[in-house]
Amino acid sequence: MLNPKPATYEPAPLIEPGHTFASISDKIGGVVLSTKQPLSWFVVISVGMMIMGMLGMAITWLLLKGTGIWGVNIPVGWGFAIINFVWWIGIGHAGTLISAILLLLKQGWRTSINRFAEGMTIFAVMCAGLFPLIHTGRPWLAAYWLFPYPNSMSIWPQFRSPLIWDVFAVSTYFTVSLLFWYVGLIPDLATLRDKARNIWVKRAYGALALGWRGSARHWQRYEHIYLLLAGLSTPLVLSVHTVVSFDFSIGIIPGWHATIFPPYFVAGAIYAGFAMVLTLAIPLRKVYGMEDFITMRHLENMGKVTLVTGMIVAYGYVSEAFFGWYSANKYEGFMIWNRMTGPYWYMYWTLVFCNILTPQWLWIKRVRTSPFGLFAVAMVVNVGMWLERFVIVVTSLHRDFLPSSWGMYYGTIWDWMTFVGTLGMFLTLFFLFIRFLPMISIFEMRTMAPAAKMHDAPAGNEAH
Amino acid sequence: MDTAHTLPSGIYGLLAEFDDPKALVAAAKRTYAAGYRKIDTFSPYPIEEAWEAIGHHDRRLSFIVLAGGITGLLTGVGLQEWVHEIAYPVNIAGKPLNSWPQFVPVCFELTILFAALAAVIGMIVLNGLPQPYHPAFNVERFERASRDKFFLIVESDDPKFDRKSTADFLKGLNASEVTEVEP
Repeated sequence: MLNPKPATYEPAPLIEPGHTFASISDKIGGVVLSTKQPLSWFVVISVGMMIMGMLGMAITWLLLKGTGIWGVNIPVGWGFAIINFVWWIGIGHAGTLISAILLLLKQGWRTSINRFAEGMTIFAVMCAGLFPLIHTGRPWLAAYWLFPYPNSMSIWPQFRSPLIWDVFAVSTYFTVSLLFWYVGLIPDLATLRDKARNIWVKRAYGALALGWRGSARHWQRYEHIYLLLAGLSTPLVLSVHTVVSFDFSIGIIPGWHATIFPPYFVAGAIYAGFAMVLTLAIPLRKVYGMEDFITMRHLENMGKVTLVTGMIVAYGYVSEAFFGWYSANKYEGFMIWNRMTGPYWYMYWTLVFCNILTPQWLWIKRVRTSPFGLFAVAMVVNVGMWLERFVIVVTSLHRDFLPSSWGMYYGTIWDWMTFVGTLGMFLTLFFLFIRFLPMISIFEMRTMAPAAKMHDAPAGNEAH
Repeated sequence: MDTAHTLPSGIYGLLAEFDDPKALVAAAKRTYAAGYRKIDTFSPYPIEEAWEAIGHHDRRLSFIVLAGGITGLLTGVGLQEWVHEIAYPVNIAGKPLNSWPQFVPVCFELTILFAALAAVIGMIVLNGLPQPYHPAFNVERFERASRDKFFLIVESDDPKFDRKSTADFLKGLNASEVTEVEP
């Protein structure tokens, strides 16, 4: 074909037409400053707090009795605590991917979803951090072997252990995510300060806004470090789940000791995280009427990322199985065969169903552009990624090298109460955030308004 | 306010209001070209053209962040080498005391941590924040600088500043309103 016509592709707008600086500010800021909240907010926060109460009970009993109330024992010495830790920390990764990596890649669609995705990251990391803290049942003793500080025993943490790397990775990740989130919030806090009519509300937001006034000199430094923070967060987020995977892969347990682990864990983290972002975004936009800002195009893009990362995760599963066979190592071979056909076969095949088969629905545009379809897929993936961590942790441990030390592992009621309890903690924190802070970045949304265009260039949508 | 007595004109400056970013940038460019240097713009979102127009570009933060990162790296190296070679040398699996490849992850995390802290603290300090009071807040309409309006200020300590002629100059820039700012 000679001179084929260039394909014209006009992506859907990232913000529904007709919005002005004022309407964006009022719509998003209004949710926070309004004295009314939708009924569903009260329902979710009440349920969340009740479940969080259960977490309080489970932790109290743990501190009184010790880890004997949990299902862990030899040979499965790692159970729900690490499964939940990895699951939660993975969920957090999507927030950083959206806020940092997509910013560097100039993906304009991140703007509508980065704020609450970053909030999700922070709350997910808080839930994750709870598990290493309580997993010994004696958290008051955890300080000296986790953090390097001069103590009366003159002993220091073991920096050759991946568990210490984990402490540094996760605490750095939490701190940097919080900084990034707060920096992003400063101009919006100023908007809330100026919009609020109640003097105490004004003072509260005013104190947090640090006196931000939108000066060009301030904005220049602000944009400078915002980009630098994105650049710092990008390798950081990749390092965090890599270090988490080292917890396993540095060990010599068949099923853990694999070089595929770091990339496979990072992809799985982003996969789980996007599923959680979808789980939160779809109901939120409906309840708060944010369809103008979180459009179908946003949801569809998230669906695509979920599909791609899901395929990488599928590749990871295939590689694991291939290694088991190709290594010709009988322990590796037995491990993978046992994983597929052993006592936990149903876990393995449910996870294949959830994480490999279910996301294939996203190839179909009608599923990808239907909130219900996306929500259903996302919920299945949430479950699937938890199962993945269960399978990796438990099936690798429960068949020890000697058959005399084989065993089974099941979570007890206290394990389940702790796990479900963190879901309540997450919901509670997230819905408090929705109530008190703008769920979408107001100032970044203003840059998407048609009036913000500085040049009258044709087709000036730089965010493809 | 003590400063009120030191300012020759008795006001902090003149604030011009604009409805859209293009008008703001055009006005800022003309104000800069007219020789005013003590000027600033206020906008509800970052406008690159605005800080270019007032001739502001501060690159110090790059170096501050780099210094933060290097400090973090050295902290990581120093801490781990000191712990494992001097303070608490323990033979682990026959590895040398200086088994540096295993110190890389913590060094990396501390580099990022210190660099990020330097970035945020550096931005806040260089911007002179927290600054709860600023004369611009005295103008009632200024609260829209965080919503939908754009402002340009000429401060009264600019050598070219004159209460009357500067106000006339700003009015000639298509400003929708020009207000005197109380100190």
